[in-house]
Amino acid sequence: MDLESLYQDIILDHYKHPRGKGLLNKPLGSAFHVNPTCGDEITVQVNRDAEGGLIIGYDGQGCSISQASASVLVELITGESIERSEVIRKAFLELMHAQGVGEPDEDVLGDAIAFAGVAKFPARVKCALLSWMALQDAEIQAGLITTGEGA
Amino acid sequence: MTALDVAAIKADFPILSTTVRGGQPLVYLDSGATSQKPKSVLDAERDYYEQHNAAVHRGAHALAELATEDFEDARKVIAGFVGARAKDLVFTKNATESLNLAAYAFSNASAIATHHSGAIDPRFILKPGDSIVITEMEHHANLIPWQEVCRKTGASLRWISLTEDGRLDLSNLDELIDSTTKVVSIVHQSNILGTINPVQLIMDRTHAVGAVGIVDGCQSVPHMPVNVHELHADLFAWSGHKMLGPTGIGCLWGTEEILEAMPPFLTGGSMIQMVEMEKSTFAPPPQKFEAGTPVVAQAVALAAAVRYLENLGMQEVARHEHLLAEHTVNALNALDGVRIIGPTTSWERGSAVSFVVDGLHPHDVGQVLDSRGVAVRVGHHCAWPTCRHFGVPSTTRISPYIYNDIADIDAALEGIVAAQEFFGVK
Repeated sequence: MDLESLYQDIILDHYKHPRGKGLLNKPLGSAFHVNPTCGDEITVQVNRDAEGGLIIGYDGQGCSISQASASVLVELITGESIERSEVIRKAFLELMHAQGVGEPDEDVLGDAIAFAGVAKFPARVKCALLSWMALQDAEIQAGLITTGEGA
Repeated sequence: MTALDVAAIKADFPILSTTVRGGQPLVYLDSGATSQKPKSVLDAERDYYEQHNAAVHRGAHALAELATEDFEDARKVIAGFVGARAKDLVFTKNATESLNLAAYAFSNASAIATHHSGAIDPRFILKPGDSIVITEMEHHANLIPWQEVCRKTGASLRWISLTEDGRLDLSNLDELIDSTTKVVSIVHQSNILGTINPVQLIMDRTHAVGAVGIVDGCQSVPHMPVNVHELHADLFAWSGHKMLGPTGIGCLWGTEEILEAMPPFLTGGSMIQMVEMEKSTFAPPPQKFEAGTPVVAQAVALAAAVRYLENLGMQEVARHEHLLAEHTVNALNALDGVRIIGPTTSWERGSAVSFVVDGLHPHDVGQVLDSRGVAVRVGHHCAWPTCRHFGVPSTTRISPYIYNDIADIDAALEGIVAAQEFFGVK
């Protein structure tokens, strides 16, 4: 098996140098998610800046895939409108359920396209999705979106 | 150096000659989760279905007789493996059900007693002020059922804590197990730490206060000689699939006296003596605890697994695993950046060894091992509070069995170093 197809350099870089890790002072919404099979956990929080762009905070502990995914999430979602954030989140969900088939859209997903290889490992898809599922719940809690559509 | 002819044993297990992840030979080190099955076990199950399959304990036709005979012979063989009589062995679908059967005896008895005073053995009736004692190294299967019993009855849960090297801290045993204690339920050999616990000592204290003693033997029965009478327990649970048997069968041994006194868990067909519209009476044990169509083919296959192990000799199996444990702990102790979670010597420990690697998450360690064809378990091993006790979210566990040799352990050790190199933590 080709370990490099799973652990792309971008993923390892985000794992070793997580971007924007830390919790917010007064989040609009906050969600704590656990992967019950391995005990990995993450808290994702959302807030909005003066222009309505999203501010993301997170903290957690877990494997390289789950932590790198959270770091990539922060980079992609920070400053975006809620509408754009939904487009990105749904594109990521689609990518993770694609089992490695098809070409991900780099314009939408940025560094997250590195997770295409993860989709070939069913046991690790949950790791990659952990922070994104928490983001969805945090946005619901903040009243920014209403349903779990797209999950 | 090994006590068993591993090469010959490997040849009996078809799955062990398969390849994984791009043609690499499988190195299976996850037997604590489930063992692989020798051909004789697979054949026994198939032969039963091809030659004798019928409903047991009913019907008067030829196949029904053959099937009943197969089933009850299997019960004798499996009971004999742990020094027990057939009539004291209950079949369940897994060890989790065996432990729930025991736990529900208490919550059912407590519920029945509120409406029918005098109908139930008082040892099983729990109320606020009573205590249940377990340990901090229990599998969730021997933890959550007791949490639920406490919620239903108002009894409180206590536990024996752990020492730094993963053994039971028995310093306050007499305070933990006291006159309020009604049940003590403990693991014989920890699935996550590998620790072998002094069960007899704890059961003796249990009986000194008049409580019922239960032992989870899932990780001991497959790996060492076990005689239920020597453990001094009242109930003893284990599973079939971790000892070369099929999935779908668990066992619960009990003393004749305790099985008689316990109310049933699942009810329905096969477990009755007489049925009227308002009430029923129950069959004697073990049938009282085996409602519905029993696990016949599984019992036949598990008996074949017992014969396979008896053929090797459980003393030899234990000796073999001790050698593997010794090699594993010594090698892990010697690796930089690796810390064993559990006993760091082979004294009173099984061959399942959990560890953490500095700077690496167990999932990532397991992934690198998997890429080399080495199958290990990563996660909290259904012992989340035990992980929490040691301040780790999860561990990687090597758990070998009769078909593993030193070379298999070494393949895992090489994989650990490769993971450290791949992630740049070495």
